[in-house]
Amino acid sequence: MSVEAITITLVVITFIIYTGIGWWSRVKDTSSFYVAGQNVPTVANGAAIAADWMSAASFISMAGLVAFLGYDGTIYLMGWTGGYVLLALLLAPYLRKFGKFTVPDFIGDRFYSSSARAVAAIATIFISLTYISGQMRGVGIVFSRYLQVDIVVGVLIGMAIVGFFALLGGMKGVTWTQAVQYFVIIIAFLIPAFAISAQLTGNPVPQLSFITSDIVDRLSQIQIDLGMTEYMAPFTNLSMLNVFMMTLALMAGTAGLPHVIVRFYTVKSVRAARWSAVWAIIFIGLLYLTAPAVGAFAKYNLIDTIADKPVEEVQDIEWVNKWETTGLLQFDDKNGDGNINYTAGDDNEVMIDGDIIVLSTPEVANLAPFIIALVAAGGLAAALSTASGLLITMTSAVSHDIYFRIFNKTASESQRLRVGRITLLIALLVAAYVGINPPGFAGEVVALAFGLGAASLFPVILLGIFDKRMNKEGAIAGILTGLIFTLFMIGTILSESIFGTEGPLIDSFFGINAQGVGVVGMLLNFIVSFIVSRMTTEPPQEIQELIENVRAPEIDEDAS
Amino acid sequence: MEQKKQLDERQKWYWKKNIRFILGLLVIWAVVAYGGAILFAEPLSNIQLFGVSFAFWIAHQGAIIVFFLLILTYAIRMDRLDREYAKLLKADREG
Repeated sequence: MSVEAITITLVVITFIIYTGIGWWSRVKDTSSFYVAGQNVPTVANGAAIAADWMSAASFISMAGLVAFLGYDGTIYLMGWTGGYVLLALLLAPYLRKFGKFTVPDFIGDRFYSSSARAVAAIATIFISLTYISGQMRGVGIVFSRYLQVDIVVGVLIGMAIVGFFALLGGMKGVTWTQAVQYFVIIIAFLIPAFAISAQLTGNPVPQLSFITSDIVDRLSQIQIDLGMTEYMAPFTNLSMLNVFMMTLALMAGTAGLPHVIVRFYTVKSVRAARWSAVWAIIFIGLLYLTAPAVGAFAKYNLIDTIADKPVEEVQDIEWVNKWETTGLLQFDDKNGDGNINYTAGDDNEVMIDGDIIVLSTPEVANLAPFIIALVAAGGLAAALSTASGLLITMTSAVSHDIYFRIFNKTASESQRLRVGRITLLIALLVAAYVGINPPGFAGEVVALAFGLGAASLFPVILLGIFDKRMNKEGAIAGILTGLIFTLFMIGTILSESIFGTEGPLIDSFFGINAQGVGVVGMLLNFIVSFIVSRMTTEPPQEIQELIENVRAPEIDEDAS
Repeated sequence: MEQKKQLDERQKWYWKKNIRFILGLLVIWAVVAYGGAILFAEPLSNIQLFGVSFAFWIAHQGAIIVFFLLILTYAIRMDRLDREYAKLLKADREG
């Protein structure tokens, strides 16, 4: 069987499994639709959080990003894991104790205000929508590279699958499907990593051989020889200030992403919320401890294969040839000497897209076609699981927070479910459209999602729990300050790609780039909400009781 | 009324303990991630850990392991605190 045939078979099998789970866990009431009836077991929820969290970016792009940033790639490695500490300690247990369905629910109730609820719902929709466009793109890439079908067809097939089990199963179906998808993702990521580690270092455990072998050291040395920056030295690609700010923005952004937070509503108790976070960081950490090894090994291997070799010899290698046709790997023998010069300067003759680091590893390491098929299935699982979580989150923001809680407070259970499903269908169509016609600034859009999460939702939820004196005026002023400042700064720093201006309107905010500026928005949010809340009246008595109740320990049947 | 006051006292005690756990763990979180991997990256780069520098290891793997330990510690300690709290309430009820 050809690689393509095996890939199609494997993808079809996994899709049948996902669909079967969607059918098995179909739901009839809103509680199951939004929060899976709040009885998802801890380990399953941890796996679902991990799959929900690890998107096409984590699976396909991150190891490549790290490979090209070297030390400074820590912004992704720490930034996308450290946020779970904030979630587990500062947000998850209290939001579960609060016990309602969505993030805008908490903000609306805690700040006794429909405007706060509406602002939070709009922020939720906006963040989720920007995020989902990247997922659909990932689906398209996998389909077009491995199945040789058109990207449009690929996106449509993916949407149909996601839509089917999300419409049918709501949060319950999505949670169980995601738990299964996690295992597809992690197996697909680990097997090629074990293989390339064994091949390069003789030690099959990449997480260990990463530090015990001398590959990273050799990579550092080769990069210096080629005139690039030293792989192991800090702050060669980004300034210390930017590494600091970007890491913090990604951490606080993680804790402020509504589709992640809502996961902690689905478990049965506060205790289970805390343990869900433990399982989540185990499952996520497994991939994140492997990714820096995959990045370094694959880059070493790649440079070793192509640098200073004759162009024709390299182009005869089968996988090089395949990736060259996708345009993600390009050679250009500028000086006509027949050799490939790979350098950091103008005489560089190689263009490598970071996305091929993970996707090409099985081919570079000469693994069986089955493994290549598995990686394709893993990439799809990563993109689809994140997309489905985002769809449910967007849907609940519209049908629950805006329709039911603001416009039609007497809506019946079945009315709300119907509005939920119609919204999901619309969100699906929008996501498909964005996936097929991605904005030219897809990368910037992700920075925006995290920056907005960090600057708007995270501080408000945090203050809502820990600052009893925080009132509606302070919260709304804070969210608006954070949102407007961050939107404005990202818009002006990245104006070249977003608005098509000639060059950026400003280079940076006192040295902080667009991906880190959300931290400043977050600080402004904290400061403004503090000052405004102290100058206005304190929250009413019943709200103070609500906070006491959210903080109080749960009388737990398991413990006694 | 007396009982309600006692319950409030107990909850206050629980909350104070909780805040102390959180602050302690967040200090470690900040010191490792922002100190070890970023602010002190240059001095720590001179220390060797097997094939890589200590700073590099923290930045690429060590911090993630620490994050896991922090979350685990919090879950365990809060389980214990919940049990202590339940015990106190039981003692209060029985007088």
